[in-house]
Amino acid sequence: MKIELRNISKSFDKKSNVIEKMNLKINDGEFVALLGPSGCGKTTTMLMIAGIYKPDSGDIYFDDQKVNHLEPKDRHIGMVFQSYALYPHMTVLENICFPLKQQKIPKRERLQRAKEAAEMVRLGDLLERKPSELSGGQQQRVALARAIVKRPKLLLLDEPMSNLDAGLRIEMRAEISRLQKELGITTILVTHDQEEAMTLADRIALMKDGKIVQYDTPMKLYHEPVNIEVAKFIGTPPMNFMEGTVVGNQVQIGERTYPMDEGKFDLTGSNEVILGVRPHDIRLGWTGDIRFYGHVRYVETFGHSKMIHADMAGNRIQFFAEPHLSIDTGAGIQFSFNLSAIHLFDKETGKSLRKPGPERTEMSVGGAASY
Amino acid sequence: MESVEKSIPGLSGNVLLYKLKRRLPYIVSYGVLAITTLPVIFMYLWLIIQSFAGKMKYGLIPQDFTLENWEFLWTNLIYKGIELPSIWLATGNSLLFAGTLTLFEVLIGIMAGYALSRLSFPGRENILKLTMILHAFPSIALLIATFYILKFLGLYDSLFGVVLVKTALQIPMTTWIIKGFFDDVPWDLEWSGLIDGCSRLKVWFRIVLPQVKPGIAAVSIFSFLSGWSEFLLLYTFIISQDNVTLASFLQLLTSDPNQVSYGVLCAISLFYLLPVLVFFIFTQKSFMQANVGGVKRA
Repeated sequence: MKIELRNISKSFDKKSNVIEKMNLKINDGEFVALLGPSGCGKTTTMLMIAGIYKPDSGDIYFDDQKVNHLEPKDRHIGMVFQSYALYPHMTVLENICFPLKQQKIPKRERLQRAKEAAEMVRLGDLLERKPSELSGGQQQRVALARAIVKRPKLLLLDEPMSNLDAGLRIEMRAEISRLQKELGITTILVTHDQEEAMTLADRIALMKDGKIVQYDTPMKLYHEPVNIEVAKFIGTPPMNFMEGTVVGNQVQIGERTYPMDEGKFDLTGSNEVILGVRPHDIRLGWTGDIRFYGHVRYVETFGHSKMIHADMAGNRIQFFAEPHLSIDTGAGIQFSFNLSAIHLFDKETGKSLRKPGPERTEMSVGGAASY
Repeated sequence: MESVEKSIPGLSGNVLLYKLKRRLPYIVSYGVLAITTLPVIFMYLWLIIQSFAGKMKYGLIPQDFTLENWEFLWTNLIYKGIELPSIWLATGNSLLFAGTLTLFEVLIGIMAGYALSRLSFPGRENILKLTMILHAFPSIALLIATFYILKFLGLYDSLFGVVLVKTALQIPMTTWIIKGFFDDVPWDLEWSGLIDGCSRLKVWFRIVLPQVKPGIAAVSIFSFLSGWSEFLLLYTFIISQDNVTLASFLQLLTSDPNQVSYGVLCAISLFYLLPVLVFFIFTQKSFMQANVGGVKRA
């Protein structure tokens, strides 16, 4: 099912909008993640799509049909809540059967479909238990089974993995990904975990303060953040930032100036800029195009590598180095990165100075990138 | 192991002391509780003994065993030359009164409690405050006004009328208690039901209500007991013998202090007590659950 939100606004206290004029288009069968820090309105958005909240203004379309006033029960959706929201007084089987019972499906078919759904999420022998007798992971499987048993046209997942421990989370991630592909069902995932969003979603809508900041594929979000907020939020460890001044076609950082790629960036409108480089793109030693001096603040050991936290003319820089490297705190170091690794943002507006490339416009035909 | 066994005889004195020390808090608390509950237990004991005794020596020691005091179970008592109504009529009326009261209170309470807990409507906060004030109102202060209203509605001297009055007086508290239980039911559960194909009403009935069962049990017990022991309203608004309840029945027997037969009074009191005890034994599990509070969540 295609989903479209047009100019959706929602407020709870009539003073400030939780969601402000939001636009979002989701294609049939697509897996979209709503990603953002807590309180940015992602769950509110999802509940509006579910029909639990009504938008104050704007329209919601399912397959080009306006559904603003459609009751949740008539929207053909399945939802997994953060708390799983299993019915405590029913057994696992009764829980899974419940949506079918509401559709008045005959008992025989009901049981069969419930068992199929339980099979799909690998819940085989737990059907007679009560939810309180299950572990977190099992409860989550029940919630998933209950959401898919009615063969919904839209699957909503509200932070489904936040209550699981790390190992189980990765397992369930694979499970959800497999299910979504098997069923080919349009899915919306709400999460604050960028790793979850990056690994699962076809496209991510990054939200902040009730607005979508960027709506793109995970790769685009990572490599072409539209502004400094996105750059800060996406990627672990986070991007390094240095402040600089534009001098002609060059950027001055500290005492030195560095040439920029004119084909990629438009420096004409800006004076003060922020230069960003991902930790993975920085190397120790002067092997790259752009070279810096700095000194070590401290070193973290990760086993597969070491992370050096360095100070460069007042900017904090972190990057990875060889695991066997031994280096002292306070030691002077040289490091460098390539021109192609640079992201540039205007200091005042925070907007990326990247010129809109040809590939970008091409992408928007399919996905209608909006922000 | 060996060394431990060997060391025990030498330490036996210390061990004893240690055990005593450990048990001291229990001994003290049991002691205090025993002393404070003794008068209550003694009162009940006296009630039981008195009801089966023909005579009491020094008002304490029973003289001869008799079932005479319990005669009211199979014959109608004659008091001051007037035949009193059958005890079974009074029992039936009391049951009817307490039962209807419970039904009304629970029905209204679960609906009002849900509305106050979940629905947002203008004046919700004020209603919440007002119910508290209503509860603080002593029912005696309302007796005269209530009398006029009942008279006006033609419900004076009818059990149903008193049930309505009592329900009205009890509803604020009931609603508050049940509202607390509804507050503990997560919204997610309700939303989940809506998405799974229920209407709001069906969600309330099929999903939310089962979660507040302990609350409903608690409120039922409270209202049944308060209905069973109600005296003032019944005494004031019921005059005909057909509508007599157990509490008023007891009152009838004590109306003239010079002619009170304490044996009979004790027997009837015990009889009056019995259903409460039985009720409590059967419901104490949910009663305790309610006291500990909250809904067990998955």
